Amino acid sequence: MLGRLLRARYATLFLLAAIMIAVPYLAPSAFYLRVAAVVWVFALAALGLTILMGYAGQVSLGHAGFLGLGGYAVAIGPARFGLDPVLCLFLGAALAGALAFLVGRPILRLKGYYLAIATLGFGVILALVFHSESDWTGGPDGMAVARVTVFGTRLAGAATWYWVTAGALLIGAFLALNIEASPTGRALKALHDSEVAAAGAGIDVGRKKLAAFVIGAIYAAFAGGLLAAMNGLITPDAASFMHSIELVAMVIIGGLGSVLGAVVGAAFLVVLPQALTVLQEYEQAVLGLLIMVFMIFLPAGIVPTLRKWLLERLS
Amino acid sequence: MAEFLQLVFSGLTVGAVYALVALGFTLIYNASDVINFAQGDFVMIGGMGTVFLAAAGIALPLAALMAIVAAVIVGLLLHRLAIEPARGASPVALIMITIGASIFIKGVAQLVFDKQFHSLPAFSGDAPIALGGATLLPQSLWVMGVALALFVALYLFLEKTLLGKALRATAANRLAARLVGVNVTIILALAFGVSAAIGAIAGVVVTPITLTRYDVGTLFALKGFAAAMVGGMGHPLGAVVGGLLIGLLEAFGAGYISSTYKDAVAFVVILLVLFFLPRGLFGGRTVERV
Repeated sequence: MLGRLLRARYATLFLLAAIMIAVPYLAPSAFYLRVAAVVWVFALAALGLTILMGYAGQVSLGHAGFLGLGGYAVAIGPARFGLDPVLCLFLGAALAGALAFLVGRPILRLKGYYLAIATLGFGVILALVFHSESDWTGGPDGMAVARVTVFGTRLAGAATWYWVTAGALLIGAFLALNIEASPTGRALKALHDSEVAAAGAGIDVGRKKLAAFVIGAIYAAFAGGLLAAMNGLITPDAASFMHSIELVAMVIIGGLGSVLGAVVGAAFLVVLPQALTVLQEYEQAVLGLLIMVFMIFLPAGIVPTLRKWLLERLS
Repeated sequence: MAEFLQLVFSGLTVGAVYALVALGFTLIYNASDVINFAQGDFVMIGGMGTVFLAAAGIALPLAALMAIVAAVIVGLLLHRLAIEPARGASPVALIMITIGASIFIKGVAQLVFDKQFHSLPAFSGDAPIALGGATLLPQSLWVMGVALALFVALYLFLEKTLLGKALRATAANRLAARLVGVNVTIILALAFGVSAAIGAIAGVVVTPITLTRYDVGTLFALKGFAAAMVGGMGHPLGAVVGGLLIGLLEAFGAGYISSTYKDAVAFVVILLVLFFLPRGLFGGRTVERV
């Protein structure tokens, strides 16, 4: 029974929904709901990276750049052009997708270290633009984001945002699971194992990699837009190199290629600093140590390791 | 003309530091195929260590020496505790390990030192030297001189000594090196130790000019990496040329275009090189085997 459940495609989705419903009962304070909402948002961004890194095996060390792009779209659109924030959320995602499409083709020709450094450079340049174009972005201090109104209802309060972000994550997870099982998902996994073999089997490797990159960028931009709208503020820090590393760490710690892993990894890296606020000056050291320890001793990540262990116990 | 010369001076000064960081990258990459993102943090340890030891009343040369030794110990520990246990991991995993190490070192540096900017007194005064209408700080000469001395020393070490040859043999083919009696583990530790020393020395000489703080390592690492990549990963001479080139381009970019985007120059260069010249200036063609 449990074994079949572990193998079922949408089991992840039901488990996730169950957790989302349970959290408000277990931790009914606005603070916990806010933290949980931040977890859902980062899990959404990490899901995009799961598709790119986990399925297609392509690393991106500049993904926070797309996160920032989504956030600034929601901030700049209403403030400078009087556009609707919800429309801007989608515009930001479209913009991120278009940018990923443009830069993706030359960048994704690279492999291994070269790909890592090219994406890193791209992310740093985006962060620098957000930092320097202060007429548009408010410079290093960032800019305020107008409150979002949907059908006449203002989105405010921890509980409202909890459900908005939870819903967004569920949709994102549903799409990611479907992508995994689609021909594109199988093609991505094939080129992950061997690009030459995948090309030999008739897969257009360049196009599929580009598709994964664009999808990953759109996920990150949506997450960034939600984060900015929820916080009512966006700063260039959202697009920083450190943030890109944290996103990659979420995917790897949770479990490369696992949808649930992205959520677990995001929860781990969002909740941990909250738990460590007492020892705030140790936060960076602990984060670095955790990344190292996980990469060395648990390279498969939490969820796949746990799943394998459960399946072995059952059989 | 005077402005041009001034930019050349400042470009060569920072370029020399980037070249040293790139050289450290190259050394470790050649020996172990690892790209060490903590390379910039060795620069920080050299600078910050010297500042704090000197503040504790130790004479500057001795303080510098102790800081360099501390960096070497950190480098050896990094190899022993983080790289060795993860042998055979994928490039991405290794990158994440060294990035984790870099974050960890910065986190510890915040605790051991502090979060302020620090400087050191220039080694031989602050009186600028006039040259062709431009001025040159004596400390810039120190930076370039020390960099040059290190390049020569490293070249002689790699080409003329048995240990250096063993290191090159390990870089060329680890298994073959082991077969002819090279202790590969010690050689890899040596590469990390020497890299750390080079980084820390760069940190000591450049601190009077650029200041130092617990987190300066990130930019040094990224730009040193860009330099190594421009030159062609794994070529010591390429690393030097790449470093000077990035330094010069950065100075010209800041002087003639916009100082706001000074830090973007290195990354634009990385992207252009990767797109049009993926093997770098000195890299040969490689053929992928299936």
